[in-house]
Amino acid sequence: MAKKQSVWLWVSAISTYLFLYLPLVIVVVFSFNDSKLNAEWVGFTFKWYDQLFHNDKMLTAAGHSLMIAVAASLLSTFFGTLAGVAMHKYKLRILPFLVLTPIAIPELLTGVSLVIFFVMVNQVLGILELGLFTILLSHVAFCIGFVAIVVKARMQGMDDSLVEAARDLGATPFQAFRLVTLPVIRPGIIAGALMAFTLSIDDFVITFFTAGAGASTLPLEIYSMIKIAVTPEVNAVSSLLMLLTLVLIVIASRVSPNSLRADN
Amino acid sequence: MALLEIRNVVKQFDDFTAVNNVSLSVEAGEFFTLLGPSGCGKTTLLRMLAGFEQPDSGQILLDGKDMSQVPPEKRPVHTVFQNYALFPHMTVRENVAFPLKMAGWAKDKIDAQVDELLEDVRLTRFGKRYPHEMSGGQRQRVAIARALVDRPRLLLLDEPLSALDAKLREEMQLELINLQKEVGITFVYVTHDQGEALALSHRIAVMSNGQVEQLDIPENIYGNPKNRFVADFIGQCNVLEGTVKAVDGDTMTVDIKGCGEVKTLAVAGAAVGKPGWLALRPEKIKLDKELPDLPDEAYFKGRIHDCLYLGDVTIYIVEVADGVLIETMLPNNIPGVAKFFDDNDEVEVAWRFDAGRFLFE
Amino acid sequence: MKLQNRLGKYLLSWPPLVYLVLFFLIPTCIMFVAAFRFPGDYGGLAPMYYIEEGRVVWDLTLENFQRIVEEPIYLELFLKSAGYAGLTTLVCILMAYPLAWLIARSQKKHRDLMLLLVILPFWSNFLIRIYAWMIILGPQSAFTKAVNWVWTGMGFEPLQLLFTPFAVIVGMVYVHLPFMVLPLYANLEKHDMSLLAAAQDLGANAWQRFWKITWPLSLPGIFAGSALVFIPALGMFAIPDILGGTDSIMIGNLIKQQILDTRDWPFGAVLSIMLTAGVLGIAALGSLVARGGVKRG
Repeated sequence: MAKKQSVWLWVSAISTYLFLYLPLVIVVVFSFNDSKLNAEWVGFTFKWYDQLFHNDKMLTAAGHSLMIAVAASLLSTFFGTLAGVAMHKYKLRILPFLVLTPIAIPELLTGVSLVIFFVMVNQVLGILELGLFTILLSHVAFCIGFVAIVVKARMQGMDDSLVEAARDLGATPFQAFRLVTLPVIRPGIIAGALMAFTLSIDDFVITFFTAGAGASTLPLEIYSMIKIAVTPEVNAVSSLLMLLTLVLIVIASRVSPNSLRADN
Repeated sequence: MALLEIRNVVKQFDDFTAVNNVSLSVEAGEFFTLLGPSGCGKTTLLRMLAGFEQPDSGQILLDGKDMSQVPPEKRPVHTVFQNYALFPHMTVRENVAFPLKMAGWAKDKIDAQVDELLEDVRLTRFGKRYPHEMSGGQRQRVAIARALVDRPRLLLLDEPLSALDAKLREEMQLELINLQKEVGITFVYVTHDQGEALALSHRIAVMSNGQVEQLDIPENIYGNPKNRFVADFIGQCNVLEGTVKAVDGDTMTVDIKGCGEVKTLAVAGAAVGKPGWLALRPEKIKLDKELPDLPDEAYFKGRIHDCLYLGDVTIYIVEVADGVLIETMLPNNIPGVAKFFDDNDEVEVAWRFDAGRFLFE
Repeated sequence: MKLQNRLGKYLLSWPPLVYLVLFFLIPTCIMFVAAFRFPGDYGGLAPMYYIEEGRVVWDLTLENFQRIVEEPIYLELFLKSAGYAGLTTLVCILMAYPLAWLIARSQKKHRDLMLLLVILPFWSNFLIRIYAWMIILGPQSAFTKAVNWVWTGMGFEPLQLLFTPFAVIVGMVYVHLPFMVLPLYANLEKHDMSLLAAAQDLGANAWQRFWKITWPLSLPGIFAGSALVFIPALGMFAIPDILGGTDSIMIGNLIKQQILDTRDWPFGAVLSIMLTAGVLGIAALGSLVARGGVKRG
């Protein structure tokens, strides 16, 4: 009886894993396929990667994405770490609400309210024209929450008496924060930064709203390729992005083995 | 002048009074223990000594100087935390060197001092290890070395042995006594374990509900408890209700409810007709099939109500009168005999007039 | 000491607070107000007030809300979106439950890897994951051909898979599945296995043990996962936009169209408010049910 049960469990679990991975595998496989159609295997080629590296629009977009992701990751790590520490240390009401809501609501709503906001500010004050900078501001707004959650979880895992011990042994509050709290939560901060980087470089919905006419990022470029003309170049860029994500995850798991699970 | 003087200290949290008008003083070189059940205020008092809490009123004087406005990092006082609070990202050496770095010592002086302390706690070989690579007892010693490294005036220990298993705890007790003798630093030790307090301390303050119930040397805390709380909290104790019948110089006669009159030591404040309780330790009571009825002893016939075999000793609950139960204890010191009596055996109990203490509160 | 404490609190909490007030709270408020304004002549918003004879005259309206009430097509679209999101949630529960159960009952050393394998696809780019299904469901793919071979063999007309509601549901399930597996796992992992042994000892068969013990105890995990799937699914626009056809658009597509294409911001704002209300309603319901569950537990 128990045997039969577990066989069925395994069958359904493995099919779910296949459901999760087969699509990604197909994308990678077809990125090496010597055919314009994503239909059947014709032969091995690197030409889509070659084309990709000569596609100026794509390269520019990738550059933008990278710049925004690095900046968004740094800024949101700064704000998010402060928020995470504050949320752990003090009983706050408004900050947790503001930090967590952007994560909880559909991205679309954030995108809509931000585009209206940026355009109005631009009309009234003449600053914040839609473009790369508004994308960056928007990314920081929704990444803060993710960093804060990871950092707060790390703070909760930290023994409060460590800070007291530091004070007791002669450290000022600032020294205690710098020499004890910060090093202890560092893995959380790094994991949060990597997470923010990934979220920013992958973000499509909010970017789509706040980009305006001129600015392009990698996801926006991929979107227009998918919508207009699907070529295996999309497969190539997708495969490269997956590789990048994989590398980041490996780094994250080295830095803090438990950080990957803290993100739900 | 005492090293540490606590004067009328009060600390409230919301509407809960954690420490209620405590005054006591600790002499230099003393091993002083705050003993009490959880919630009695001993930890709050310790945290005020360390500087993590401020008293609402009253004074804490160290070497005659008021400490209340001095932040923790500026006090010559260190704490050994219950969970040790070793910095997980620093090696043992770095942990022990921390207070010296904070105090701005030169590097070579730090190294020498850390070496000396690690030797004191027998951890010389473990300097490069991280806390998570050490056993509980070793971490404990690191925490103590770290707190002693810059020779504070006062070392506070917050239930430092509670995380260790029973065997290791006994070892560490001996080590703590020796270490304290060696370094000569004043220890203020907080525990809820009466055995630990009796074994370690020069003097003990028994606390309950934010107040000091009795402050004395261990022998008196155990042998001459001041009130029912102390008698009850420290060790096992029979508490028999009674009233004073007659006072006669050094002795007095009290009428134990349901049993009759017994002779006991006269206590201050005794007056005929005053109600109170006779506190009597089980091991001070004689128990046998037959006992002589001596003039200096209380003597009762009874029957065994319950037995508890504990291995080294057996506890016998004896019913001496209707509803009056007396707990007695006999060591199992005869090979091959596990129990001397069984339930419902007829027995006789007796105790000397100076075995118990009559308490009025 | 007290002053220092308060200073630390402000230094820590004010920078993120100010940022989020500026770039989240204020934009959200502006969006709410926009719902009561007239659209501008060239898209966007008309001025909120004008000055007539030296007096401020507010130029606000409820017209945008009336439009929703009067034209049933919007409410229908909203309901349809909720239906898509609900179906997505249901399929996610069915697919996630056996997997979460299996992971929770695996040896500790395998669990982390099995969980990582669930999360890993989530970390790859959102668009790529949808795009992958464009390939699989496309008319020339092996999968579509196989399906149609069976389908026409049974005497039906050949099927189109891509650009249909089916494709939208597949895409949404694919993207949201990890959000169901993780909370379910977190819940199932805590179950005391001796409860099942006790139930068996007391005469319950495997099916009864599941329905009477495991399922009720796992409801908090189901609710948490459902909220994590349903809420983003309800506000989805990219998946129907890419995988769906004209008949499978959702409320998100309409909002996107109003804001970016026709630039009727007030109406777009009204639709967004409706979506927000829906999301808040679901969240409130979820926390209510969760609280009830805790009480019973």
